[in-house]
Amino acid sequence: MIPAPFTYQRASSVDEALELAAAGGEDAKFLAGGHSLLPLMKLRLAVPATLVDIGPLRELSFIRDDGDQITVGALTTHHDLATSGLLAAELPLLAHAAGTVGDPQVRHRGTIGGSLVHADPAADLPAVVLAMDATLVARGPGGSREIPAGQFFLGLFETALQPGELLTEIRFTKAAGAGWSFQKFTKRAIDWAIVGVAVQGGNVALVNMGSIPLRATAVEQALAGGAAPADAAAHAAEGTTPVDDINGDCGYREHLARVLVARGLAEARSRG
Amino acid sequence: MTVNGSPVEADVADRTLLVHFVRDVAGLTATNVGCDTSSCGACTVLLDGQSVKSCTVLAAQADGHEITTLEGLANGDEMHPMQRAFHTEHGLQCGFCTPGMVMAAVSLLAENPRPTEQQVRAGLEGNLCRCTGYHNIVRAVLTAADHMDGQASR
Amino acid sequence: MSILGTRVVRTEDPRLLTAGGVYVDDVRVPELAGAARVTFVRSPFAHALIKGVDAAAALAAPGVLAVLTFTDINDIPPPPPPPEGGPPPGSEAAPMPLGGVWQEPLLAVDRVRFVGEPVAMVLTDDSYQGEDAAELVTVDYEPLPAVVGIEQSLAGGTLLFPDAGTNIPVDHAAVDAAFDGCDVVVERDIVNQRVAPVPMEGRAAAACWQGGKLTVWVSTQNAQISRFILAGAFGMDPGSIRVVAPDVGGGFGAKVALDRDAILVAWAARHTSRPARWVETRSENLTGMTHGRAQRHTVKIGGTRDGRVLAYRLDVVQDTGAYARMGGFLPTLTNLMAAGPYDLASVTVGYRVTLTNTTPISAYRGAGRPEATAAIERAMDLFAAEIGMDPAEVRRKNLVPSDKFPYQTPCGALYDTGDYAGALDKVLAGAGYAGLRAEQARRRERGDVVQLGIGVSSYVEITAADADNGETARVVVNDDGTATVYTGSSAHGQGHHTAWAMIVENDLGIPMNKVTVKHGDTDEMPFGTGTYASRSLQLGGVAVHRADLEVREQARKLAADLMEASEADLELDTSTGLWQVRGDPGASRTWADVARHSGAEGLSAFVHYKDGAPTFPFGSHVAVAEVDTETGKVTLIRHVTVDDAGTVLNPVLTEGQRHGGIAQGVAQALLEEMVYDADGNPLTGTLADYAAITAAELPSFELLVSETPATINPLGAKGIGEAGTIGSTPAMHSAVIDAVSHLGIRHIDMPTTPSRVWAAISEARNSQ
Repeated sequence: MIPAPFTYQRASSVDEALELAAAGGEDAKFLAGGHSLLPLMKLRLAVPATLVDIGPLRELSFIRDDGDQITVGALTTHHDLATSGLLAAELPLLAHAAGTVGDPQVRHRGTIGGSLVHADPAADLPAVVLAMDATLVARGPGGSREIPAGQFFLGLFETALQPGELLTEIRFTKAAGAGWSFQKFTKRAIDWAIVGVAVQGGNVALVNMGSIPLRATAVEQALAGGAAPADAAAHAAEGTTPVDDINGDCGYREHLARVLVARGLAEARSRG
Repeated sequence: MTVNGSPVEADVADRTLLVHFVRDVAGLTATNVGCDTSSCGACTVLLDGQSVKSCTVLAAQADGHEITTLEGLANGDEMHPMQRAFHTEHGLQCGFCTPGMVMAAVSLLAENPRPTEQQVRAGLEGNLCRCTGYHNIVRAVLTAADHMDGQASR
Repeated sequence: MSILGTRVVRTEDPRLLTAGGVYVDDVRVPELAGAARVTFVRSPFAHALIKGVDAAAALAAPGVLAVLTFTDINDIPPPPPPPEGGPPPGSEAAPMPLGGVWQEPLLAVDRVRFVGEPVAMVLTDDSYQGEDAAELVTVDYEPLPAVVGIEQSLAGGTLLFPDAGTNIPVDHAAVDAAFDGCDVVVERDIVNQRVAPVPMEGRAAAACWQGGKLTVWVSTQNAQISRFILAGAFGMDPGSIRVVAPDVGGGFGAKVALDRDAILVAWAARHTSRPARWVETRSENLTGMTHGRAQRHTVKIGGTRDGRVLAYRLDVVQDTGAYARMGGFLPTLTNLMAAGPYDLASVTVGYRVTLTNTTPISAYRGAGRPEATAAIERAMDLFAAEIGMDPAEVRRKNLVPSDKFPYQTPCGALYDTGDYAGALDKVLAGAGYAGLRAEQARRRERGDVVQLGIGVSSYVEITAADADNGETARVVVNDDGTATVYTGSSAHGQGHHTAWAMIVENDLGIPMNKVTVKHGDTDEMPFGTGTYASRSLQLGGVAVHRADLEVREQARKLAADLMEASEADLELDTSTGLWQVRGDPGASRTWADVARHSGAEGLSAFVHYKDGAPTFPFGSHVAVAEVDTETGKVTLIRHVTVDDAGTVLNPVLTEGQRHGGIAQGVAQALLEEMVYDADGNPLTGTLADYAAITAAELPSFELLVSETPATINPLGAKGIGEAGTIGSTPAMHSAVIDAVSHLGIRHIDMPTTPSRVWAAISEARNSQ
């Protein structure tokens, strides 16, 4: 299978990428690693008229120590995140979760920015940035703006980015020392999560428990109120709207969320 | 782009996938297409030394980069240690997944020269084989690791 | 020392490992220069009437050469009517595939019966244009209610073939077995789910016509049979057809002969006077290629409280999909092997074949026999649980004793040779069964979240079931002393080239590296049967051996003439490949000398070898699984097997066959299922959804050696291609249920996915 015809344009700078996207209008899409977009295009579920290839923009591929925070370029691949010594020391949740995305080939090409912008609720990294209270930085024709992770995911495959706006970097507050855990439950190793849980300190985020990645606020409140992790985990499915599919019905996913949150909290505590 | 060390230049349609560029333009047909969804890994090649699924990369994205396919692995008549290990360990049967499997394995050892069995299994999660049950593929990768790491440390 | 039985690495591999194989899509020959690309327009509906096809927009698209529908098929003869107008609906036995009112068309005429059924063909200059143009073909469908699943088919509310008046082409009911005198009788329904074969290379075909001769390259397990099918389809003399099976990227039964899609490619090439090539996509493959299994079993088992099984009844309902191809035949094999490796006084069997609006069913690794084994092994476990006896012990009490061979079963099979209890004892010892049970008890005692399950299976299967069709071989010794073997058997990964060369080296003393094996070209070998039913070595290999012997006798005469000695004094030293006169080691002649002396006649022999009867490999498997009782996730941690297929020619190859078989069998128990929604839409139509097993889900396997020779053929060989699959599915399945049996769970249908296992655990806990 192959994509429907489109026009390919390669950007040599962020400014040029924004110009090309603006010229392409609503039918233009940015192409990073292409590992979310190209599969959809091959199945002809996505039919953009123009692809603006931002892959060559090396200035968007970096992991930088900015003192009390770490900044990650949007085009940093999952592989680079997973193998970064800096992240392993400072943001182990991000490094670990990136190492569980897809398979090695996908991790060599797929980027954190692409994954976040695609906003698949079954993807791993959206829940991770949510649990880490990351700040996403987007650039558009009118300049840069910051979007808290909690306000970035608006719906199924829908984000706060405006048309023509490009996610450029993600900023994380250093989390070294805080307990963390990433629980990814799959049928096969290569599969998308049936349910996943990202824990960072007292923050808990859920993969694939609704149309967007969710914070398990009832769990967090219970923890903040002094509840034991096992008791707090009982609230994991509150406020969620998981799907029924061949991997499990809604009730199974709610059950998994409770089990995985309990395991995640226990593991995070053991690391904290 | 450079394919197996030789420059290959062609004007192709914007939507041309790397796998079709390699097969139809460069004329290297070892690399196979096994699915539509980046699931099976039969099309795995190395892009700048890293394994990628060439069905999910546009030829245009590989412009200016180095591609290595199965055909580029041997040194003249001398098989690459990974090829040799697949041979001695019976790591292939019908041969269709083999080009992608071998390239994925080469990339795996480049990143982790002494993997455990579990690491090999996890590292090949993106490559399907229907014939071997993976048993001898895993043995082949471990054998190649022994051989290559042994060579490197001499 | 003979090379037979030794570990020889494959001669096929260097080419596959350095240049890659040449599959249909890789064939670059002058005859296919400029071949049109065929893209099928396939039905998106499971069941619908076709009101019209509008190809105008597609015809106007770039690169489009033709858009063909059934109305264009006016230049080949209609299929011959079945004998006496076809079997009456609901008959007790019927030939498969069915014709008459059940006839499967080449392209859909006025009705489609499954998602993926070919409706039209688009021919373009290249494949990219083909996908674009196929989207532009507008088919006006009027959807009909879809028949999905066995229950709906049996109910008959909607008929796939209204003229037939039923969805049940074959109905062969079982009578009850002799359950009188049983202390305990257990009965239950078991689903043997529909799975997709997923060979890594999908289906593919290319064709060209030159001067009235048709050449077809096709990814098939049987080039020679394909030639006769094409001859029938086109009303042609087979002599005017050449079929080539180039490298074939796996088959697993789903590439037996060739599908209508491939016949259509050949037809389209003639119709448009241009060579044509079709290579299906994986999405096409998952609905267009036949599926396997898809049976529902009702098992009833009874016996005494001391573990003796007295009676067993198996009723099979085969969902054969939209058309009764080989799927209609498979349950006869299930019935034939229903008794398994057990010595049971009363066994009765029956089967029904039902049609549904899903992909047709055909052979898949084991083809009817894994289903038989799965049914009786599950029944044995249910019986063991009911009487509270260890499942391995129940098996041991009921296996056919070694002194009873040949053993006639109540189902009509004659088991040739075996040591069933020996296989069971060996696998239990190899697995450390007692220790595993102790560990299981500890975990249960502690109430661990992760419980241990141990699954035991014993099996016997039938290989070379059509032994009387036999197999062909021609062995030629060339003037340079090399040998060429032409085989009617067809390799697609099994290692025929290596094995056949080993046989030649053993018989003639011509070293393997001077033996070339050729398969899959009907111009070189017009007659043959091909590879399926684990038949190759015991028929095709023996054919090579017999041809070797004939060549040797011809050579003896030639050498005698050359050396001016009597034939009786000549002997072949197979360690050197030299002909010598007995008592005079100084004088010798090489194979080259002898072959050159044969003159224009050449030195060659053709053999069509037929065995009088099938063989019956057997074995036992132990699967050890961990089940996370909080999530339902299953992990296979060990798999130990004894697979006895008679004398082993090359352990490297048999181990490879066992490994692959085990993985596919485990995959059925744990993960794989072709799922449809209520409207007949496939929910597992891509490899992102269809859960083909990966390396990460499997351990290394522990294979134990056991060789009980077959007596019917000179190699002592039985088939090994399907044994791993047949033994592993029930062992794996049983391990999962065993892990949670202490909760009162007796059965969970396959695949035992996390959600299904957790549902069973949850239900069991709620009912406690």
